[in-house]
Amino acid sequence: MNSVTVRNLLVRGMLAGLAAGVLALVVSYFLAEPRVDEAIAFEEAHAHEHGGEELVTRAMQSTGGLATGILVYGVAFGGIAALAYCFALGRIGRFGPRASALLLAAAGLFAVYVVPFLKYPANPPAVGDPDTLNQRTALFFLMIVLSVLLTVAAVILGKRLAARLGNWNASVAAGAFFVLTVGLAYAFLPSFNEAPEGFPATLLWQYRLATLAIQATLWTVYGLVFGVLAERLLAPKPATAEGKAPEARATPVAH
Amino acid sequence: MAQSAVAQPTATTPAVPAKLPIGAIAPWAVFFGILMLVLLYFVGAEQGATSLVSGEGVHEWVHDARHLLGFPCH
Repeated sequence: MNSVTVRNLLVRGMLAGLAAGVLALVVSYFLAEPRVDEAIAFEEAHAHEHGGEELVTRAMQSTGGLATGILVYGVAFGGIAALAYCFALGRIGRFGPRASALLLAAAGLFAVYVVPFLKYPANPPAVGDPDTLNQRTALFFLMIVLSVLLTVAAVILGKRLAARLGNWNASVAAGAFFVLTVGLAYAFLPSFNEAPEGFPATLLWQYRLATLAIQATLWTVYGLVFGVLAERLLAPKPATAEGKAPEARATPVAH
Repeated sequence: MAQSAVAQPTATTPAVPAKLPIGAIAPWAVFFGILMLVLLYFVGAEQGATSLVSGEGVHEWVHDARHLLGFPCH
């Protein structure tokens, strides 16, 4: 029974991720693609030599290729977040299915994108030295893992301290722990500033804001859609004949 | 007094859902978790820092998505 619930939530998570991916794709296409084209125009204007024919045309990259990447990313994170949701359900405090989904999505946006982004922001074409690619890739993934683990640790810490300090002070302490540890990671991990000479600062700024808008769209839509789907599954509307439904365990254990 | 005022809306708002046992989540988390991470790897890093499939096709196809999702691309 429980295993079926997990499977159903996983499927709904992936569908919600797909829906979120579609809207993120719209934002990417209209808000971010023009910036990519500007960056490529800069790159070509400043390239010393340009190698051969393209394997995939720009038209395909900015449509089919973009859609593949964003939708797969949406489905994959939708599935992962749904699994995290199965775990978080009833364990993060007194939140119903919908509120839990939105909270989880906010935490996902924060931990998976915003925190790593502040250290290793997205770069448009023309920005970035191919020689440091390996290092940048490893550090970017490291930063995501670190950020997710520290977020989970901060939540657990907050829950543990809540009994002794009360919710407010425990949350402040958990937040301080997170800021301190992430701050240390920011301070000690290497940084990269590889914008070429003369690359427009406004373009870089707009590009990075656009990537943030894509992620904000993705996670917000995910949280809202998945919340509705999860609530329908976990707390169906008709209130008849539901002896074993969530109500049975409704009174949460005080912690 | 305050108790009853708070308890009132629980009749309409959904109750706190039951916890799902870790044992029921684990198998799904392991298999699908890894599958999802493989998908993310192909979107985010294949034929960049590391390469499982030879050539540049995957990299070039997801090039824009990789840039816009924040992954280091080149």
